[in-house]
Amino acid sequence: MLKKYLLIWLTIIVSVIFIMRLASLQLSSDSYFNSDFAIQELSVYPERGLIFDRNGNLLVANQPSYELIIIPENTSEFDTISLANLTDMNPDELKRKINSSVAYSKKLPSIIKSQISKEKNAFLQEKIWLFEGFYLRKNSVRDYIKPFASNVIGYTGEVDRNDIANNSYYEKGEMIGKQGIEKYYEDELKGIKGKKYYQKDRFNRVIGPFNNSLSDIKPSKAKNITLTIDIDLQEYAESLLQNKRGGVVAIEPSTGEILTLVSSPTYKSEQFIGQDRTENFNKLLNDSINKPLFDRSLQAQYSPGSPMKILNALIGLQEGVINENTTFTCNAGHYYARNAFMGCHNPFGTVSNLRKGIYNSCNTYFARTYRGIIDKYETPSEGLDNWANHIKSFGLGDYLGYDLSIGKKGFIPESDYYNRFYGNNRWGSSTTISNSIGQGEILTTPIQMANFATAIANRGFYVKPHFVKRIDNKSMNNRDKNYTTIDKENFEIVIDGMVDVVDRGTARIAKINGISVAGKTGTVENFILIENEKKQLTDHSTFIAFAPAEDPKIVVSVFIENGYWGSRWAAPIASLIIEKYLKEDVRRKWLENRMVNGSLVEEYEKPYKFENFSINE
Amino acid sequence: MNKILKYDLISLITYALIATFGIINIYSSSYTESFTSIFDYRTLVGKQLTFLVVSLISGLIIIFTKSKFFDNIASLVYFLSLILLISLFFFGVERGGAKSWYILGPISFQPSEFAKLCTALFLAKFLSIIQTDLNKTRDIIFVGAIIFVPIILITLQPDPGSALVFLAFIFPILREGLDLRFFYFGIIILSILILTLIFNFFISSVILSSIFLIIILYRRRKRIRLNFIKSSISLLFLVSISFSTNYLFENILEQRHRDRINLILGKEVDDKGIGYNINQSKIAISNGGLFGTGFLEGTQTKGDFVPRQHTDYIFSTIGEEWGFMGTFSTILLFSILITRIASRAEKQPIHFRRIYCLSFSSLLFIHFFINIGMSIGLVPSVGIPLPFISYGGSSLLIFSIMFFIYLNFDSSRLKED
Repeated sequence: MLKKYLLIWLTIIVSVIFIMRLASLQLSSDSYFNSDFAIQELSVYPERGLIFDRNGNLLVANQPSYELIIIPENTSEFDTISLANLTDMNPDELKRKINSSVAYSKKLPSIIKSQISKEKNAFLQEKIWLFEGFYLRKNSVRDYIKPFASNVIGYTGEVDRNDIANNSYYEKGEMIGKQGIEKYYEDELKGIKGKKYYQKDRFNRVIGPFNNSLSDIKPSKAKNITLTIDIDLQEYAESLLQNKRGGVVAIEPSTGEILTLVSSPTYKSEQFIGQDRTENFNKLLNDSINKPLFDRSLQAQYSPGSPMKILNALIGLQEGVINENTTFTCNAGHYYARNAFMGCHNPFGTVSNLRKGIYNSCNTYFARTYRGIIDKYETPSEGLDNWANHIKSFGLGDYLGYDLSIGKKGFIPESDYYNRFYGNNRWGSSTTISNSIGQGEILTTPIQMANFATAIANRGFYVKPHFVKRIDNKSMNNRDKNYTTIDKENFEIVIDGMVDVVDRGTARIAKINGISVAGKTGTVENFILIENEKKQLTDHSTFIAFAPAEDPKIVVSVFIENGYWGSRWAAPIASLIIEKYLKEDVRRKWLENRMVNGSLVEEYEKPYKFENFSINE
Repeated sequence: MNKILKYDLISLITYALIATFGIINIYSSSYTESFTSIFDYRTLVGKQLTFLVVSLISGLIIIFTKSKFFDNIASLVYFLSLILLISLFFFGVERGGAKSWYILGPISFQPSEFAKLCTALFLAKFLSIIQTDLNKTRDIIFVGAIIFVPIILITLQPDPGSALVFLAFIFPILREGLDLRFFYFGIIILSILILTLIFNFFISSVILSSIFLIIILYRRRKRIRLNFIKSSISLLFLVSISFSTNYLFENILEQRHRDRINLILGKEVDDKGIGYNINQSKIAISNGGLFGTGFLEGTQTKGDFVPRQHTDYIFSTIGEEWGFMGTFSTILLFSILITRIASRAEKQPIHFRRIYCLSFSSLLFIHFFINIGMSIGLVPSVGIPLPFISYGGSSLLIFSIMFFIYLNFDSSRLKED
């Protein structure tokens, strides 16, 4: 019996075993084997969003660029040296790149060299077939059409390890916004990449689309961004700031739109594109004296100087400490405490009312006002906190919440700061008297200065300053008004004083025919540590202004490091910017030339020459 | 109508289904975008279709041939096949490392396939002689010679895979009276070889000794007398086989054979090197899932990931494109065909025809077992085709001829001629 049916039984047993095995191979849900080998996944990138200025001028577009790709598995022996020469690479670097590609994956493509120019690509295409396993792939990089506003626009770069770790969207070799608008609006600008699937054969060659391209995922389009920046004004402001350190911020007060944001010295976005980008970046990063990557308009914290007097005037009026007729007598300064004298540039015996105090920038007037504000309350703590509360309502001492990812808070001292320093209420208005004239502990950034000037121009509110007007067609402008703690009626007298500053006060140079400009100069004492010795440097020149005073269209804040008087650099620059913006044409060519050609480079070199130097010349 | 009904229609339909499925899968596994026509002789499917047509014509002729004819020519064709195998060494053409082909113009032919048919016929002829007695050493040796002469000639080509197939004839020989102890003996030796390869000589000796001890103790309890000298000698013999395993393994087999065996035993994992075929085949098959990726849609098949996928590894294409439904059906069809032929053989009153049918069934079984077994990683990789399905004209033609001879024999069961 066994002999007769041996074959039949064996056939049945073998069939059952086979079917069980096939069931475990084909029907088990956990796919132990995957078919990654057979399908090549390629990312399809939507074109990165374009960037326009407020008037529709194209600022940033895209240009084709090429990458040299290796698939290690497909290479055969080749001459490393000749490939290195062909691609202008260092042979060691080339070897290192190839080794790291091999370590990454033998089957997957890796980038050996990216951002190869169109011209270089044309040259390489003819030779690359000599090197099996290498090919050139087209992609696109940014094309910065106007070489201005780089500090606002920022730049893109290849994703680093952190980017990939933080966001699984990104893969090795992809581009990401690294700074500025490119960074802040990365999600809008990048769009969403799609996927294309190809069928490969066992030699890793693509033999056609997979599944008739039905599995492919279409990329979704990137969004275009319209900035609030006026590129012509930006260009003009940048030209005015050449060879000077500092910042300019111009804002349209009714909307909070930033018209111009200059930081000088700065970089150019196109330095981050192309073959020399790494070298350029290192150069910029290592320039510890000029700090071109440091945005002085957003990140530099200075003492505000005399423009602070305007705020103290407003607080004084609001608190009822002074009114428009209040007068103080200045004796080229005054004793604010025993043996403590605060000097003033006003001559002995000057009697000032509020307007005159403002346009002559009288230290005495505002020191007295400040003391009134603080001493109104029982304890200096209460007085100071009330004062700080007013100040902060102008957006000082905190991030403004604008749409760039860099910035500084600045500093507005409050009672606990002094309490910690001197002991509980063992200090007073005279101890903190520097606050009255914008020296001492207060720190502000140029954009904060522009912002509080905006609040004054608007007679009591500001709109959060911002850089983007529209994303595609969606307007970004409906923003809330932030009201200050100062009543509207208190602004007029102060603004009158600011108009006087330009008409007959410290900033007569800023006068523009036919436009009433309101402004306030500042001359800011500053110090540096040289070999552990505190040394005073030439004062910073600063100016805030808006115009026309009765219905402001533009607010400008200018800060020029070590420029001495506010009227020497900052006021003319602000005035030229206002003229350019409101009249489109600058008549005062002599002033323009003086500003464009004027250089403070020698001034900046003084502390680094290691010899004695004089300041405020 | 009656004329058709006398043929074994179940087998015929199964044959037709398997052959058609084979053509479809060759079409898919050799498919490229630049495909012209399936009747183009230059393409693989074209060639295979041509051979199928030739097979069917031969089949028609065979069906109307008198059964006695095959009996008469059995000795002749066997010796003819031996001559063909021998002259291969002089006139053969080498393909894939083995001199196993004759090439005449556009036709290439593999005599080892022909030898399967001839050996089946001649074995049947010899075993059906009334004087043959498989209890006589002389006859056992002669039967052994019938099988081992082609085995040796084919192994020398060298094509050990095709030679291995001839072990199928153990089934008809057993059926015709060879003592089952030969079979058990073979199985025991095979088990010892595998045991030694998996573990080592020491452990397998310990296992063998313990099994012997258990048998001895068991017999003692049952009070069955035991010849100690005999059993000690057999134990010693088995241990010495175990001892010589490593020598055989390391010196007789080639490295690629060792690799294949080690892979199946799980002693080596190398999906990119020696294990590439099997791994790719398993990937393709598991990629199929329940219903498969669909005709011409298999990514692994299209990508040519499985080497030899239109010949030895065609089962991977079936697995990927037709899924579990396809593999299940294929196995079902083959087991129907094998068991059907084997059981119909038992109804044959004429010994010659019965032995032939059983030989044919056994040959099908061995191909089925080894080919599918290696595709799904259960059997070491051996390069033999899946009958009626794998690409290969000689294989298709010879298996078809064998099938139609079976149909002929089966239909004339009650006739002498």
